[in-house]
Amino acid sequence: MEGKLIKIVKRDDISKSVFFLTPILAIILTLISGGLIFYLLGFKPLEALKFFFIVPINNVYGFSELLLKATPLCLIAIGLSFCFKSNNWNIGAEGQLTFGGIVSGGVALLFYNQEGFYILPLVVLAGAVGGMIYAMIPAILKTHFNTNEILVSLMLVYVSKLLLDYLVVGPWSNPEGFNFPETRQFSNSARMPILFEGLRIHAGIFIALATVIISWFVFYKTYLGFQMKVSGFSLKTAKYAGYKGKTMILLVFMISGACAGLAGVGEITGPIGQLHREISPDYGFTAIIVAFLGRLNPIGIIFASLVVALTYLGAETAQIFMQIPKYTGQVFQGMILFFLLASDYLLFFKIKFLGIKKNEL
Amino acid sequence: MLKKIFRYFISSLFFLSVTSLSANAEFKVGFVYVGPTGDHGWTYQHHEGRNAVEAAGMKTTFVESVPEGADSERVIRQLAQSGHDIIFTTSFGYMDPTNKVAKDFPNVKFEHATGYKREHSNVSTYSARFYEGRTLLGHIAGKMTKTNTIGYIASFPIPEVIRGINAMTLAAQKVNPKIKTKIVWVFTWYDPGKESEAAQALIDQGADVIMQHTDSTAPVQVAEKAGVWSFGQASDMQRFAPKSILTSIIDDWAPYYVERSKAAKNGTWKQQDTWHGLKDGMVAMAPYNPAMGSALVKEVEQLQKDLASGKKHSFTGPIYDQKGNLLVAEGKVADDGMLAGMSVYVKGVEGDIPQ
Repeated sequence: MEGKLIKIVKRDDISKSVFFLTPILAIILTLISGGLIFYLLGFKPLEALKFFFIVPINNVYGFSELLLKATPLCLIAIGLSFCFKSNNWNIGAEGQLTFGGIVSGGVALLFYNQEGFYILPLVVLAGAVGGMIYAMIPAILKTHFNTNEILVSLMLVYVSKLLLDYLVVGPWSNPEGFNFPETRQFSNSARMPILFEGLRIHAGIFIALATVIISWFVFYKTYLGFQMKVSGFSLKTAKYAGYKGKTMILLVFMISGACAGLAGVGEITGPIGQLHREISPDYGFTAIIVAFLGRLNPIGIIFASLVVALTYLGAETAQIFMQIPKYTGQVFQGMILFFLLASDYLLFFKIKFLGIKKNEL
Repeated sequence: MLKKIFRYFISSLFFLSVTSLSANAEFKVGFVYVGPTGDHGWTYQHHEGRNAVEAAGMKTTFVESVPEGADSERVIRQLAQSGHDIIFTTSFGYMDPTNKVAKDFPNVKFEHATGYKREHSNVSTYSARFYEGRTLLGHIAGKMTKTNTIGYIASFPIPEVIRGINAMTLAAQKVNPKIKTKIVWVFTWYDPGKESEAAQALIDQGADVIMQHTDSTAPVQVAEKAGVWSFGQASDMQRFAPKSILTSIIDDWAPYYVERSKAAKNGTWKQQDTWHGLKDGMVAMAPYNPAMGSALVKEVEQLQKDLASGKKHSFTGPIYDQKGNLLVAEGKVADDGMLAGMSVYVKGVEGDIPQ
């Protein structure tokens, strides 16, 4: 008698092209199963997919909105990739975004009735520093007390959101705003310059692009980038090589926090123009998907942020034109991540069917 | 020069996309919701209003769970761009985005719920005099309580919520001078977890009547379990707590939505600030629980009629604030200006308004 046994074996030879093709495969699989879901829900699949992925960006306004939505995702994901590449699991970008928003919003409110060229740079700087300081909390706790950065950074998200709630309801609320939970509007000098009249896309996109370029340089051309890579492969090797792990951990968290803080600045000084309770629809969490979909590669992250931003826009358009429930957008985001992780598994491991004879058992 | 060409290019594309999408110039009504249509509270009732518009023979579109941050402006703009003729934005946080989009679409009518900004002639605002319903709840609560303590779950310290607390307390004091109103602020409109905790905390402090100015059904369910009285909010929540619920304040947007949509269709739409109550049916009461006893039901029904006809007013003097300062003199009623900006508690409410 013969039986079969399944064994999972690690692959040694992973081709680079396949590594970057799997995200595309994941997107294609998502489209196919998305179409299937639409069909089962009673919608015409092709029409639904058209309203989901093409109609939102078939005009200049729609495309500019895509860029507007992708900007914070890209910024945060780039920052996160510094952490993730080096085996540091910063899950609290949403909190760093919120805290950065609070600090920069505070500076903007200081100048609420003033104009001047120096205001915006101060506001932007404040946001970056705010996010950076907030990210240093889990980093220092990790390096000095060996705490788990996943838990600490995640829990700090709720702390920062509660702080924002408190500020906009209490001390920072607009004195002329009938106690509604929002601050005054920022002055024009504290707002990101709009790039084209009639559109909302603002100068924050240049910050995101600059971050992409700088991070590419850091990842592939600097000693820090090399350290991160080695630590990512094996912490023991990094230690053996004599890298000062603590400094690096602190540094990647600071970079990550600053990026998230800048994303917060872009939102409040861009389309929103004030502080209120909903400055981010969980960009900090969605950016985790973006970072992995982009393979922690700066260029990949640009494309990934556009794809994920499109799922938000598509969900709105699909509901407007076809009355498809809006939560399908989140289903799509979930499916992309699922298929990516699934194909990664098959990419890094292979399944071996072993023929075994009875007497071997 | 280059900028000019670019601007022309953009505006022509705008025009193209607008015309291509609204090629069939059918009359359409758009709705933007802050929550899911299945919240059984605030959004659910707006959705019911939308169904009424649809039943009146007009095509409608809605987008649910639209965050009040940067996304709302895009959704409102998309609705305007895709040929909707009148758009209802049903949450306070849509105030600035609604006005911004209205500026760019002078031919589209905008209706913003619960806001106060009408920056362009195509923006109207509307809200309901929920406080009239609160007066009825206060009367019932004052009669039903044994512990003389009423628990009130409040969302944000905005005039609308303060007004409700005051209206309820004044009515309860009239029938029961010993009444105390205890308040828990939850700083959210919809969070079943937080709302349950608040309800439980109030019950633990001795409240035997619970009411809330939040949107979920959690407080009435907690009250049902604890065996205390409760009231539904926004929609008839009777089936979630059949024993405990005495009545519900129902927001009935349907007549207003049908009327305004028709006006937009016929070209008779004009900018206005609507504040309707029991009289026009924007505020309605769910059937009263027989556990109240027929005498009390009759009393409350009479009070409801008197409030609707204007014979009685929720804020009739003398009214004092917590420190004993006279707010409304004897024989006078509070005017709408005072109601709209209400920011102090009346005497008998415990605690301070969060600042």
